[in-house]
Amino acid sequence: MTPVEKTIGNVANFVDERLGAAGWVKKSLNKVFPDHWSFMLGEVCMYSFVILLLSGTFLTFWFDPSQRDVIYNGVYEPLKGLKMSAAYASTLDISFEVRGGLLMRQIHHWAANIFMAAIVAHLLRVFFTGAFRKPREFNWILGILLLTLGLVEGLFGYSLPDDLLSGTGLRITSAIIQALPIVGTYISFFLFGGAFPGTGFIPRIFTLHILIIPGIFLAVITIHVMLVWYQKHTQFPGVGRTEKNVVGHPILPVYMAKAGGFFFVVFGVIAFLSAVASINPIWLYGPYTPGQISAGSQPDWYMGWLDGLVRMSPPLETHAFGHTISWNILIPALIVPGIVFTGMALYPFIESWITGDKREHHLLDRPRNVPNRTALGVMSITFVMVALINGGNDILATNFHLSINQIMWFSRIGILVLPPIAFVITKRLCLSLQRADRDLLLHGSETGRLLRLPHGEFVEVHEPISAEKAFLLQSHEQPAALELSDVDSRGVRRPGGIKNKVQRRLSKAHAVSVPKVSEQELKEIEHH
Amino acid sequence: MSNEIVPIDDSIAPTHAPRSTDIDPKAEKRAEQQIAILFGLSGLGSLLLIYSYVFVTKDVFIFIPVMGNQNAQQLGIGIGMAMSLFFLGMAAIHWAKTLMSDVEVVNHRHEFRSSDEDREAFVKTVKAGAAAAGLGRRTLIKRSLGAAIGLFALPPVLLLRDLGPLPKKQLETTNWKAGTRLLTDPGNRPILATDLEIGAVVQVLPAVEHEDERPLSDIAKDPVLLIRLREQDFQLTPEKLAMTYNGIIAFSKICSHMGCAVALYEQQTKHLLCPCHQSTFDVTRGAKVIFGPAARPLPQLAITVDAEGYLIARAAFSEPVGPSFWERNSQ
Repeated sequence: MTPVEKTIGNVANFVDERLGAAGWVKKSLNKVFPDHWSFMLGEVCMYSFVILLLSGTFLTFWFDPSQRDVIYNGVYEPLKGLKMSAAYASTLDISFEVRGGLLMRQIHHWAANIFMAAIVAHLLRVFFTGAFRKPREFNWILGILLLTLGLVEGLFGYSLPDDLLSGTGLRITSAIIQALPIVGTYISFFLFGGAFPGTGFIPRIFTLHILIIPGIFLAVITIHVMLVWYQKHTQFPGVGRTEKNVVGHPILPVYMAKAGGFFFVVFGVIAFLSAVASINPIWLYGPYTPGQISAGSQPDWYMGWLDGLVRMSPPLETHAFGHTISWNILIPALIVPGIVFTGMALYPFIESWITGDKREHHLLDRPRNVPNRTALGVMSITFVMVALINGGNDILATNFHLSINQIMWFSRIGILVLPPIAFVITKRLCLSLQRADRDLLLHGSETGRLLRLPHGEFVEVHEPISAEKAFLLQSHEQPAALELSDVDSRGVRRPGGIKNKVQRRLSKAHAVSVPKVSEQELKEIEHH
Repeated sequence: MSNEIVPIDDSIAPTHAPRSTDIDPKAEKRAEQQIAILFGLSGLGSLLLIYSYVFVTKDVFIFIPVMGNQNAQQLGIGIGMAMSLFFLGMAAIHWAKTLMSDVEVVNHRHEFRSSDEDREAFVKTVKAGAAAAGLGRRTLIKRSLGAAIGLFALPPVLLLRDLGPLPKKQLETTNWKAGTRLLTDPGNRPILATDLEIGAVVQVLPAVEHEDERPLSDIAKDPVLLIRLREQDFQLTPEKLAMTYNGIIAFSKICSHMGCAVALYEQQTKHLLCPCHQSTFDVTRGAKVIFGPAARPLPQLAITVDAEGYLIARAAFSEPVGPSFWERNSQ
């Protein structure tokens, strides 16, 4: 035994005699994690969150979250002598007087953008591969919660510097709150500490931004990851992979080295972006004053679709009995996003209701094999993309010399027309891909080699595909649609007739697929 | 649950192909060197960071093609940090991918559902616990508990009441009154009606007692835009026309949609555009909404001149300015 081994042994003995940890640590180190590039997306989320905690802590050491007036007297000449809030002045100081301060600000902002992008990408991966199915519905809901929290945390974060751009964002936020029937005006006055912009909002959202929301984040992320750990990761289908096992690399050393190394890579890439690519140069915007605005005011990208929805809204207000209801704010800013997020959170249950499938699933779907779900996903992406495009309609109009009115009308019509079209096209594409898979199995892959037969006919030579690939193409299930009869076994009409009908129709649509190659067909090929 | 590791079932097809580092000692040696180089680059990055922090002063700028002039200290710290982190990670990943085992192994999964005995025992335990508490029998306790919890939920909400004042009439009123002078913003100078050329646009604020000390909440509702057109350009009702003075028309600058400053005025079309959500108002028709999500025209301020010829408000706004709210009487 070497001295090093002896020291490690002593430490391990000390800990184990007190905690009895050897048993479960051994078990944990034997944990197998499947490998696929798309499983990194969740890791990017977690790592950028850690980067946000680190860079955010650094920023709090200098940031002064106060709306009290100060006269700027720092090193940035263009703003010298101007009246501004202490929040804005201290952000200028971080940018110009703290060494590495601007870098940290940019790291924090880039990491926030990447955090949200990675959450969306991770969510799409989980959705399109069906990883949300039983037993992982809790984790899906926690993920939606994290996405929602991320939107709020991001909005609060970029509002803190109190510059002209973020102040405009807060003006819009206050208008949304004010639009709430009955309580809106009161809530707005309470949150802002008076009439907009008040003096209370920035210190208050600071507390939420650096303490409460990160605390909730930390708790939810911990549960999210612990559930992945406990339920074991899903895996893509392939040779040796079943619903009863998990195939991959053990946590020690391979997974640990890769995942740990990946943290530093993500951090390194964000640091590089922050070193060379300017983000949110607040000194160019100037301090916030409600009487001014800069053209091309844009929120961060993840809020863009909400802003786009607000922009495309028709001018609807109800004036009655001395009260005003702003549908042009309530519908795009609260009702539609509410429906979108609730729908997302409930989707695992909706799908299991449609398919009648209550089993556990650990093997992932190839998106083409579940055309309905894939089409629904692409439809939702199309909806958000049209909204996002409209959120940047002013930028698009000036950069591409387009009419802003035309972009707006394109969006207003497109948001209703394009998603259903996207649904139909995607479903067709999925079925075509299934057909291609079937052809591949039956006739092998095209080699590009042409052969002239003795009687003059040209044929292309096909090669049989590998056993591994053949297994992959055959491994998915094709469940039939639910058989729901309107009457029970005694011929009595069952209650909930309409519900049954809806379920039957959805189930039928969900089960549409190109039949897999049957055993018999496979045997026939072997005879050829 | 145990995490026993078992080999993968590859009876259908082989699942593993050896890497060059598995079979060629030279390749293995090379990988080892590559990893060492990556660790070395990471170390260099850390040194660059320290050097930039300590020895490069803030006022040094270096020219970099495409990026233009860059602050050397900021760039040095950033690039150093990026290298230090990135190559450290790459080294670990390269190590894992080339030299650590890449043979995939298997853990078994177990159904999450508890065994029937466990479930029965659980139900029994809960029932026994509930029976011991006797909540089902003791209705008085149950009801008073419910009432207490209900009341208990109120104080936390109540305690937030002092976050801010009640709205009162603050959203309905501005600092504009009959006779208030229009002052330029910025500058706080009164304006002679004769100073405005046709086509001129001026942002104004009301004359108040301490013009340098205006709270931001006043600037959030008081700004007004003055625009002078030729009188024949107006297509206004007689009442609205009477609110103008000599071709000068005054609108609240606060958007009737969400309160942004309606700052973009197009001379050719005489349209005002809000940069936030692109609501477009036609100045000649009394800031009528001709496009976008805003549902109401911008409120118009009635103006005239005082004895000295300076522009003044003839009356306060006849309706609240800015975005809608529940209590707003929009009839």
